[in-house]
Amino acid sequence: MSEYAPLGGKIITKPFIFFGVLFTIALAFLAARFIFGLGAVTNLSDGYPWGMWIVIDVMIGTAFGCAGYAVALLVYVLNKGQYHPLVRSAVLAGLFGYMLGGMAVMIDLGRYWQFYTLMWPGFINANSVMLEVAWCVMAYIGVLFVEFAPTVLERFGLKNVQQKLSKVLFLVIAVGILLPTMHQSSLGTMAVVAGNQISPLWQTMLLPPLFLISALLMGYAIVPFESLLASLGLSRPLETDLLGKLTKVMLVVTGLYLLLRFGDLIWRGALGLAFVGDLDSYMFWFENLLFVIPILLLAKPANRNSPRLIFLSAVSLLLAGSVYRINTYLVGYHPVAGGTWHYFPSVGEIMVTVGIFSLEVMLYLIVVKTLPVFHQAEAK
Amino acid sequence: MALNRRDFLKMSAAGVGSALCVNNAQAVQREPKKLPPEAVGMLYDSTLCIGCKACMSACKEANGMPPEQTGEADVMWDTPIELSGKTLNVIKVYRDEVDPAATDVVLEKDHAQNGYAFMKRHCLHCVDPSCVSACPVSAMTKDPLTGIVEHHADRCIGCRYCVYGCPFGVPKYEYNDAFGQIQKCQFCAHLQAKGQLPACCDVCPTGATLFGKVEDLKQEAAQRMARQPGEKYVFPRGILGGDRPPHEATIPKYHQNLYGDNELGGTQILYMAGMPLDKLGLPTNVPDYGYPTMSEGIQHMLYKWMLAPAVLLTGLAYVVHRNTQKSHDAEDESGEGGES
Amino acid sequence: MATKISESDTHLDGYVNGLGGITRRDFMKFCAAITATMGLPASVSWQIAEAATNPQRPPVIWLSAQECTGCTESLLRSTHPTIDQLILDAISLDYHETLCAGAGHQAEDYKHQSMEQNKGKYILIVDGSIPVKDGGIYCKVAGKTILDHLLEAAEGAAAIIAIGSCAAWGGVPSSGPNPTGATAVHKILKDKTVVNIPGCPPNPYNFLATVLHFLTFGRLPELDAKNRPKFAYNRLIHENCERRAHFDAGRFAIRFGDEGHRKGWCLYKLGCKGPETYANCPAVLFGDVGPASWPVGTGHPCFGCTEEGVGFTKGIHELSDLKTVTPPITYPGISENIGQGATIGSVALAAGIAGVAVGAGAVVASRLGKSSDDGGEEEQQD
Repeated sequence: MSEYAPLGGKIITKPFIFFGVLFTIALAFLAARFIFGLGAVTNLSDGYPWGMWIVIDVMIGTAFGCAGYAVALLVYVLNKGQYHPLVRSAVLAGLFGYMLGGMAVMIDLGRYWQFYTLMWPGFINANSVMLEVAWCVMAYIGVLFVEFAPTVLERFGLKNVQQKLSKVLFLVIAVGILLPTMHQSSLGTMAVVAGNQISPLWQTMLLPPLFLISALLMGYAIVPFESLLASLGLSRPLETDLLGKLTKVMLVVTGLYLLLRFGDLIWRGALGLAFVGDLDSYMFWFENLLFVIPILLLAKPANRNSPRLIFLSAVSLLLAGSVYRINTYLVGYHPVAGGTWHYFPSVGEIMVTVGIFSLEVMLYLIVVKTLPVFHQAEAK
Repeated sequence: MALNRRDFLKMSAAGVGSALCVNNAQAVQREPKKLPPEAVGMLYDSTLCIGCKACMSACKEANGMPPEQTGEADVMWDTPIELSGKTLNVIKVYRDEVDPAATDVVLEKDHAQNGYAFMKRHCLHCVDPSCVSACPVSAMTKDPLTGIVEHHADRCIGCRYCVYGCPFGVPKYEYNDAFGQIQKCQFCAHLQAKGQLPACCDVCPTGATLFGKVEDLKQEAAQRMARQPGEKYVFPRGILGGDRPPHEATIPKYHQNLYGDNELGGTQILYMAGMPLDKLGLPTNVPDYGYPTMSEGIQHMLYKWMLAPAVLLTGLAYVVHRNTQKSHDAEDESGEGGES
Repeated sequence: MATKISESDTHLDGYVNGLGGITRRDFMKFCAAITATMGLPASVSWQIAEAATNPQRPPVIWLSAQECTGCTESLLRSTHPTIDQLILDAISLDYHETLCAGAGHQAEDYKHQSMEQNKGKYILIVDGSIPVKDGGIYCKVAGKTILDHLLEAAEGAAAIIAIGSCAAWGGVPSSGPNPTGATAVHKILKDKTVVNIPGCPPNPYNFLATVLHFLTFGRLPELDAKNRPKFAYNRLIHENCERRAHFDAGRFAIRFGDEGHRKGWCLYKLGCKGPETYANCPAVLFGDVGPASWPVGTGHPCFGCTEEGVGFTKGIHELSDLKTVTPPITYPGISENIGQGATIGSVALAAGIAGVAVGAGAVVASRLGKSSDDGGEEEQQD
């Protein structure tokens, strides 16, 4: 008897319809994007060629998807078996984060019909950071599918296949840890070529480890976030015990991140820019405050048992990593050649992002209600 | 393999320490690229430019670009305010009025204060181009002989990484076209292939835009800067070393720096003016190496021959196998199947 | 206002015969034209009319130095006023070597007589450059150097006008080796105000309008730093040229007779000095014979005849410098504002979403409670 079970229940609920409506609105904007071009729907300009869709939907979306990565690291490398029940939902979160990030890429690409050139041996440029990111992400999505396969196989009772798969799963899991390590750090390396155009508050040769660690943190934070939300909304018991232990790991890694971040700033002599009093400096402190809040909230061991504080810390960490990415690629990006550029997402861009998020929620609800994702422990 | 807290902290500290050391950028950079053997380039002398914009209209004609209107939709003129999907070359004006209310002050050409000057903006055909390094599908290539940086729309996926990375803000995307492509100056490679000059160099009436081999152009620039202001000088037109009648005029007071000699690893389009080039919109507080030396340096350090990933993968596979094996054995004992 | 008009009406009726048969309408047209040339408001034309018909015609002494008589020839071809209207009705031209009836000693005597009788009241006009080398022997009239004539005549002049480039800055004789030491009038008369009307020849109306302004208002029109009347010499030819559009679009004639030349394209590449020459030629043209009756209009580059250092100095086909950035409508600045920033709609939407998220988060946090005991209410919502 499996420990996991689908949640069951009606799929078409009021929230489901609500998100469906949002998704439909997004579809209308997407139709305009494909018929009339990116300029008709977005505020992208040649000073800001990357906007909300790339930075939020793709970079932050895939960082959210690092839940699978974070939990795999915990369970399969550090061998903390007590987190094992979280694996399936973490992999699912990863799958959604990455698939929807991929969807956003296809929407944002200007010449999407030539996407195949990314895999064409005659064309690829091995020196390009983006190539490596693209390949790793594509491979990782495949890996996530394979990692999620046991859930599906179980639902359809394909025990033979399941057993065969479990023999090689260790390799798949190992690849599934290697790949995000590579591409989440490279998502940081991608900013290096912009050079002075990105403020020294964010531009550094340490972008790869900073992005990697913050992605890991976001992956860790997604777990309690999703778990507590699901418990509340889907009438399941809170897994506070488990989550409490996870928070200790989160705190240590957060401390490590802050050490590296500020150590780097001081080493490069760039910390002074944080006191200038412009938008950059305010956003810098906002970003780092969000990293510090969880440490403050959960420093006392007693607090780590509070679902509320755990939730708030998780939210703070997710926001922190998100703001870090927005700051690095948008706020701190000051293209001065050619003009005084302005960018703020348009209504269309915002609605498409909301729509993609809504699709994710809708699919998530369908999957957890029909496939054995959640652990049955402490069943009602 | 469980790590206890102490070991974990030690590892972390070591990691942080080494990371900070790696922060010494020069250690990680790859070798900068060198000027190709037959590098062609252009010398733009802002002091000679009269803002006639013959180069802009010649460029539009040579490349089949449409006119671009800024403002009212029924304006007849081609009036771009900046490079774009329709404009590969634009002339801009620098203007400084110390007291805009004063009516008796005449702005002097090429003076930084109370003066004006023209600036020609387009691709600089860098020696170590960021766009070539960034593009995942080699839609931006640098010719190994002439050094011309060309764009190939037939491979481009429209990711706009080149737009993001270019320190001069040169490549532009056609946002208002559902099947838009990146546009940038290609140095009239199609004309050069036929032995002709790039259109802008061809039509410039004063020789402000001069075509030639990069090394020769650098010498020409040095000669001009070595002369005294007020001296008569014979400025070549069209192509350096060509047989077009030159333009005799007086040497102005040059700003004593040839832009493109060293900036960002050097560019093949060189600029000289009567004032520092940052006033004319070129970034001057930039290093002497191209940024790709940094980003590719990181990539090479981490991924050369995929050695590090292979090692990491082997280690991970071993650890994961061991850990899953343990739980396999445990489950087999309790008669349960299925894993993960 | 009505009263004033009727006053002038009766006033001018009396002039019909006094104007030598010219109708009042034609005369008013002439005054209006002069007013317009000078850029003065239309209401001033009445004053010009009155001054021009003043029975006391001011005396004018016209000295000719090293000149080609082109300036006088140019004047002879004016039509509003015609030269006869000018010298018979507006001014009393007491001495002009080409136009005066007398000759020889008779003319010289009359000049001295006029200068003594009208001391301090006559207008001195000079055309041609003044040679100063070797004592000025290269131009002598009536046994005296023109230099001496000038110094003498300048003493009692109420106003001094140097007409033509030669008088204004030296002109043709002063170019090249300048064997005669040809000098501008104002460099000889250093302590006096000399109005310069450069040009080779200048448009006669620039000169006539200046004179009439002086007669009307008793003072000279506004002058620039080189003492040239601003109404005529304040702008570059380049700023008013009818071919400016072609310059701005980069369309140039390369050779005489080529396609661009035949289409009337800009002559910059043929050496047009319009960008560094101050004059009003494109506006007032020459000879009253219709449009395009000026050098550039006929297809020949301007050679900068009014401008010292340009005319007769730079090669005709030598490229000119650019003296201004006065635009066509668009030269973009080095850094224009581009890109759509925040609009009310997008900010409101983003703020709204942020608000919803914060609210939802607060609701969730409150539902979760402080410990693992409370929280997890049974709700059928996500």
